Amino acid sequence: MKPDPSTQDNPVIEIKGLYKSFGENNDVLKGIDLTVKKTENLVLLGKSGSGKSVIIKCIAGLIEADKGEIKVFDTSIFDITNAKLNEIRLRIGFLFQSSALYDSMSVRENLAFPLARHSKELTEEEINLTIEKELENVGLAEAIDKMPSELSGGMRKRIGLARTLILKPEIILYDEPTTGLDSITSREISELILSIQKKNKTSSIIITHDMACAKLTGDRLLILKDGVICAEGSYDALEKGEDKWVRSFFV
Amino acid sequence: MTPDTKNIFSDAGNITKFALRFFIELFKPPYEIKEFIRQCFRTGYKSLPLVAITGFIMGLVLTLQSRPTLAGFGAESWLPGMVALSLIREIAPVITALICAGNIASGIAAELGSMKVTEQIDAMEVSAINPYKYLAVTRILATTLMIPILVFFADLVGVFGGYVGMNIHSDISFMRYVDKVFESLDFVDILPATIKTFFFGFVIGLIGCYKGFTAANGTESVGKAANSAVVSASLTIFIIDMLAVQITDLFF
Ligand SMILES: Nc1ncnc2c1ncn2[C@@H]1O[C@H](COP(=O)(O)OP(=O)(O)OP(=O)(O)O)[C@@H](O)[C@H]1O
Ligand SMILES: [Mg+2]
Repeated sequence: MKPDPSTQDNPVIEIKGLYKSFGENNDVLKGIDLTVKKTENLVLLGKSGSGKSVIIKCIAGLIEADKGEIKVFDTSIFDITNAKLNEIRLRIGFLFQSSALYDSMSVRENLAFPLARHSKELTEEEINLTIEKELENVGLAEAIDKMPSELSGGMRKRIGLARTLILKPEIILYDEPTTGLDSITSREISELILSIQKKNKTSSIIITHDMACAKLTGDRLLILKDGVICAEGSYDALEKGEDKWVRSFFV
Repeated sequence: MTPDTKNIFSDAGNITKFALRFFIELFKPPYEIKEFIRQCFRTGYKSLPLVAITGFIMGLVLTLQSRPTLAGFGAESWLPGMVALSLIREIAPVITALICAGNIASGIAAELGSMKVTEQIDAMEVSAINPYKYLAVTRILATTLMIPILVFFADLVGVFGGYVGMNIHSDISFMRYVDKVFESLDFVDILPATIKTFFFGFVIGLIGCYKGFTAANGTESVGKAANSAVVSASLTIFIIDMLAVQITDLFF
């Protein structure tokens, strides 16, 4: 069994009353409350367009919320300087739904780009070694000198994952890590997520539509509906819960 | 106010803010030297052939077109000087800048716009890399320095084009032609013309980056960003040129 996360200390991410709308009639988030405890994998479910990606973009400071509070490592990210925000961002890994690989750079350069800038003490050799190790981790060691345009969607996703992990973040925000992958690779990625949690003691938010991934990686699941969190619990509890709409996610 | 005029004003305000940010970030370390050099090379390399061809044609055509008028006054010997003057003071800077607006500003806007749309700029931001510094400052600085060099190059090729034009109807040695060109040129002709090319380069980079960074979501906005970068940059180049001529007039 997984360790009970409630015995851990302060939450690493704490969101209170988060509101966000895009224009007049597009209220996406209408009061989100959410916490991620230390070393916990939190799975975020919800229909397409329900605002899951918006939540984690708010956490990383990419989207400015209208109202509410977000604390990461006990620091409110709304009223801090850019330098402070960047310090926090260095401790957060973000896997984009679209992978967001740098098109003009090879896979190697994609991974070296953040690494060389933030780990100045590393020699070129050490950087290359780290890159190779990280690529092996996601099973794509042979793609190291390819350009992103030569990769398939699933390969891009895995390179994106390698780039997210290379700075050894303490919090990882995964936006659909297994979408576009076959079921075998999906499972491998889910297991990778789990092993990173165990090995590096990371805390994560995992957005996914892949219930196998949710089941394997999630310590706790949240379901987003109409801009609020409508259900919360373990995989088994939600699967057998009262609400028919919630149960429909699990079939 | 109509929405359109409102747009122009808010755009102008935002571009000014964007430009101020350039000067703030320019002096803050870390400096992206490697990327800056790469951008300089790309900017120069991309436009050199186009600038050379148009420069040559401008010199040639200007000579052919002016010859009959000057010949009417029996002042054909002024032809090299006149062509060189109009090339260096006005035609080479403006034509080069316009070509670069079409070539470089649109290229920057499309490149950065597609990076914006595919979340690559967001990806830089979350890995605590300042995208404005890495992408915009390097490009704006590169165009600011490279456009004057391209204009200088266009001047040279244009003057040579003038020589070829002269030789279609008369026979003049290259040395004598060059002599005549330099005879008619003054420091006052070259300095203001050079200063304004730095401004041309600055707006080309600035507007390209601004349009790219502010591209809306969706792939069609990349095309829109590139297109409006060309339009805005070309228009701004003419406005700067007009101001530059007025100011030169006051001082010299
Ligand atoms: N930058 C933006 N500008 C305007 N609207 C946006 C923006 N980002 C998101 N939205 C809107 O917010 C809503 C939620 O988007 P979001 O990407 O968070 O959905 P999602 O839950 O991640 O869906 P999916 O599972 O399909 O990825 C959508 O209706 C979208 O139109
Ligand atoms: Mg999403």
